[in-house]
Amino acid sequence: MDDSDAPNSVVVRRLTKTYGGVRAIDNVSFRIGKGEVVGFLGPNGAGKSTTMRIISGLMPASSGSVFICGESVAADPDAARRHIGFMPENNPLPEDLRVREYLTFRAGIKGVPSSEIRARVDESMETCQLLRKASNKIIGNLSKGFRQRVGIADAILSRPEVIIMDEPTIGLDPHQILAIRALINSLRGKMSVIISSHILPEIELMCDRVMIINQGTIVASGSPESLRREFIAWDKYEISIKAPPAEAEKILASACPEAAIASSFGPDSEGYYGYVLRAGENSGIGRKLISSLAADERLGLREVAHKKPSLEEIFMAATRRSWEQTSDLPEGGGRRKK
Amino acid sequence: MFISPSTYIAAFLFLAFMGVIYLYSLIEVSRGAGDRSPTEIFLAAFWIPVLFMVPLLTMRSLSEERRMGTLGTMMTTPVTAFEIVLSKFLAAYFFYALLWAMTLAFPLTAFFYLPQAAADSRLLFSERAAAGYLFVLVSGAMYVSIGVFASSLTRTTFVAGMLSFGMLFLAIVGAGLVSKFPADPGGALSWVEPAVSYVDTFRHLDEFSGALLDTRPFFFYLSTAAVFVAFTSLITESKSA
Repeated sequence: MDDSDAPNSVVVRRLTKTYGGVRAIDNVSFRIGKGEVVGFLGPNGAGKSTTMRIISGLMPASSGSVFICGESVAADPDAARRHIGFMPENNPLPEDLRVREYLTFRAGIKGVPSSEIRARVDESMETCQLLRKASNKIIGNLSKGFRQRVGIADAILSRPEVIIMDEPTIGLDPHQILAIRALINSLRGKMSVIISSHILPEIELMCDRVMIINQGTIVASGSPESLRREFIAWDKYEISIKAPPAEAEKILASACPEAAIASSFGPDSEGYYGYVLRAGENSGIGRKLISSLAADERLGLREVAHKKPSLEEIFMAATRRSWEQTSDLPEGGGRRKK
Repeated sequence: MFISPSTYIAAFLFLAFMGVIYLYSLIEVSRGAGDRSPTEIFLAAFWIPVLFMVPLLTMRSLSEERRMGTLGTMMTTPVTAFEIVLSKFLAAYFFYALLWAMTLAFPLTAFFYLPQAAADSRLLFSERAAAGYLFVLVSGAMYVSIGVFASSLTRTTFVAGMLSFGMLFLAIVGAGLVSKFPADPGGALSWVEPAVSYVDTFRHLDEFSGALLDTRPFFFYLSTAAVFVAFTSLITESKSA
């Protein structure tokens, strides 16, 4: 651990939180640069929310330290909180205030100068598309999507340097998710954003960096691309041909012995079977597959596709690996993980 | 707070109830019972509405916020737990004071609508009544702080209400009750008596309505209020997660 934390917005060192005897997070260290968008991934109960709550100063850590823009969350919570916009997990809001009233109040307690409050509230309602439709509605009557937007508007209200959002896209329709993705993209470079989610494609599209947390430890960290290289040591191809599994296996064994059938589907209404093939990394068998399969008219080759491993697969691989690493421990062996 | 209709209903009920008590004290006076003014008799019953109003006023203040999780979002902003608790306390206290201020309308009404009694200066105003109201205000600080404290202990509004009712009952009636059992002088429990009389609400009330302003009750109520507010902010801080 080097101590130069100048360009980092968030520095987390050896963070541990225990509840009774259970370690919710265990010796977690990471840093987040200015303007970076980071996604937290992990199964339920992995420690995502706990980590976020500690970073935002809601919860004290058992040990370890968190610095936000150089301010220690434990030693000077007031100063650290000025740099944070936090949207908690289920986004609690007071039911009987109007949106504008609530945001005005929040701007006040977040230390926005009173001459700017009106402008800031309008600005963040505009950003979250609340201004025209919902600004004078009572929060208790809003739909889930609108409530979520109120939460996000609140988080960006004081233009903090670090925005922490615990599952921001939960309960939103695809349009709203797109809007939020655009919003987060617009923040990129200006503010550091930490998002947790278990909707993996979301994270992949929005984040510069992904951290996968499992059982309280970070099992993987890096861009989706580098995680792919680290965790997925095979190429995946999808083909669809008119051959039942037994025959397809035979054909493949002669045409392209590097590839093995991982799974198969079909036949569909036109008699096509779909196969997922696995081959070694960078095997470059695509060409070979096309030429050898296309040569045989009977197979009626319809599709050969090189599939990038999805974040799901990385996620599964990363969490499985960490499970395997800990499974020789007595209490790890009994845990279900699949 | 002024938005929600429940506030107005509570205020209405309080004032209606207090009106009835005032009416009774008027009747009492008209029977010619002693030289006490109706306002004095009225204030002697102050603890009945306190027992109901203070829990109703304060039980939601922190428990509801915690149950909803809005307390957590509040704690991520640069406000301290103390600021939150103090503002909750002041809001409830202000409303409490406002309600009592509105009961001043009763003697006024009586004064204007009962011309034959208007000559009686006791009806409208006396130093004793003023001191009585001062007592209500000063002791109110403690009662409201107890209510806010109870509200910080739990996330269930109803439990908070019951807790604050219990604590208020103890604070208001408890000392008076203990002092009913005379400890024998010089006995093992003789220290109890000065302690009890120090915190005895009814003795304070008597003193105040006698227009006797002692600094000790002031100190007692205000310092207790401060201690409860401090405890509440500590609890809020540690439980905010």
